[in-house]
Amino acid sequence: MSALRTSAAPVALPAQRDRSGSRRTVPQRLGRSLTPWLFLAPALIFFGVFKFWPSIWGVYLSLFHVQPYLGDQWLGAANFTRTLDDPDLQAAVWHTVLDAFVQVAGSMLVGFVLALLLEGPARHLRILRTAVFLPAVIAMVAVAELWHALLFPGRYGAVNSLLGDVGLGPLPFLASPNSSLWTIMLVQIWKHAPYDMVIFIAGLVGIDRELYEQCSIDGANAWQRLWNVTLPALRPITTIVLILGLIRGLRVFTEIYVLTGGGPGGSTESIVTYVYRNVVVNNDIGYAAAISALLLAATILLTAVTLWWRRHRENA
Amino acid sequence: MTTTALGLRLPRRWTARHGGRLVVRLALYAIVAAIFLVPLWSMVATAFSAADPKNGEVFLVPHGLSLGHLTTAWQLGMGRGLLNSLIVVTVGLTLQVTVSAFAAYALARKRFRGASLVLLALLATMMMPEEVISIPLYLLIGRMQLLNTYPGLILPIVGWALPIYVLTGFMRQIPLELEEAARVDGAGDLRIFFRLILPLSLPALGTCAVFGFLMIWDQYLLPLLVVQTPGMNTLTLVVTGLAASQEQGEGVRLAAAVVLMVPSILIYLGLQRLFERGLLSGSLKG
Repeated sequence: MSALRTSAAPVALPAQRDRSGSRRTVPQRLGRSLTPWLFLAPALIFFGVFKFWPSIWGVYLSLFHVQPYLGDQWLGAANFTRTLDDPDLQAAVWHTVLDAFVQVAGSMLVGFVLALLLEGPARHLRILRTAVFLPAVIAMVAVAELWHALLFPGRYGAVNSLLGDVGLGPLPFLASPNSSLWTIMLVQIWKHAPYDMVIFIAGLVGIDRELYEQCSIDGANAWQRLWNVTLPALRPITTIVLILGLIRGLRVFTEIYVLTGGGPGGSTESIVTYVYRNVVVNNDIGYAAAISALLLAATILLTAVTLWWRRHRENA
Repeated sequence: MTTTALGLRLPRRWTARHGGRLVVRLALYAIVAAIFLVPLWSMVATAFSAADPKNGEVFLVPHGLSLGHLTTAWQLGMGRGLLNSLIVVTVGLTLQVTVSAFAAYALARKRFRGASLVLLALLATMMMPEEVISIPLYLLIGRMQLLNTYPGLILPIVGWALPIYVLTGFMRQIPLELEEAARVDGAGDLRIFFRLILPLSLPALGTCAVFGFLMIWDQYLLPLLVVQTPGMNTLTLVVTGLAASQEQGEGVRLAAAVVLMVPSILIYLGLQRLFERGLLSGSLKG
């Protein structure tokens, strides 16, 4: 994100400017000013066609009752007013927001503990870190498939048989509306915590060692040192990880679709799985587009607030 | 000896107290490994077992080594899925990195009106992942007659802000003198780009390749919308398709998931240094 600011003052190319003196002809100068755009053209075409155009078209579609082959029917804001009065959507929004907060907070907490535990230059720590990071690189579909098996609700399920060994369970996990969303959060935390661990370790490495030494001299114990030195030093990183995680959390789809399909009884329906269901099952494209447009607006708003807030804090 | 946040360091002299601490630490390591590694290992062990596990059961030690589950999964479309995924990732990644490198060259090495606006616009697309624009994207692919085709799976993932961001940052740091010297020798922009900037940017290109691979390999919603016949299934669709059919046992389903998992792990382990550098350079998650 820092590129946003540095870009305001691009690298100066003095030599180039000096040489583009009066001897150059008009076509040459025109060619020179065209060059950057020629290099940018492929990217601009791909982003324009497959990112910006769909975003704009989505907002346009949200104003219609979309009927492929029959012609679209103008609805005005009807799709949007419908969102206000849709209990299924409200439930989906609630699940999504709750899931975003819990999985991000949980991943950060676990990631932080992992970072404290596995920080250090020793070789065995490096190997352990590499191993622990594996869940973060594996495709979400494979992760979901794995945990779908491990969390089988019956007594033979791997996790349930472990719980059985210590006299607990069997728990229903994904099979019960009461525990399904929480179970999905556990899977998400398992996948995302190692990622946060790496970020936190980078932050820990950046902390001035002398501060730690000073603490030992002052007779501070490990907890005081953690509270007074480590946590404050990690605060900027924490904020970024938190907000990026929340924004990402709003568009959760794959793990929910694979683990529960939004069930049981709609207990894990997220905004995007609801959108998908409206398109594929109900064929209600205009309404789905309206929900997507609101989701896009929410994402942009969150990002803008974040950027503003960061700039505000840096200036303060 | 470096002090860490918890103040963990090896003692110069060992005492009983140190021994106790060491046991605690080893126990913690074991717990961490059990939570993050044993599930992955059990998936592999079950996939290569001859025995068929009950639903939800996994093996920690393969029950009779066998490729049976793999071959069954292969016959049920996994081979085709693997081929399709490899095609999509090869072509998609090549296009993605090429397009990004061209754009980054202009953004990093050229002064022109609107440069910062372009960069801002490209980065703003971080907020428009497939999940958020899936419906219009799906209709667009339909109108372009690209449903159920490779281009339909590939073209939407070519434009990605992360590699442009990483490459622009990297190319900015290449010293100007090198470029000036080349210009004095009469080299044009294309020549400078291909002969000078690209070779010097190899580490950053590697980083982008790792992230791009994982991003494309992970695709799920896009193929779900675009693919219409089994022959076009990507690997992620095959894996979830096997699970949904309920006809195959746990062993076959996990075998397919293992095939989906292994390439990502190999790429990560092989290019770990490049990967971590990229992770920290932006602390961005696509």
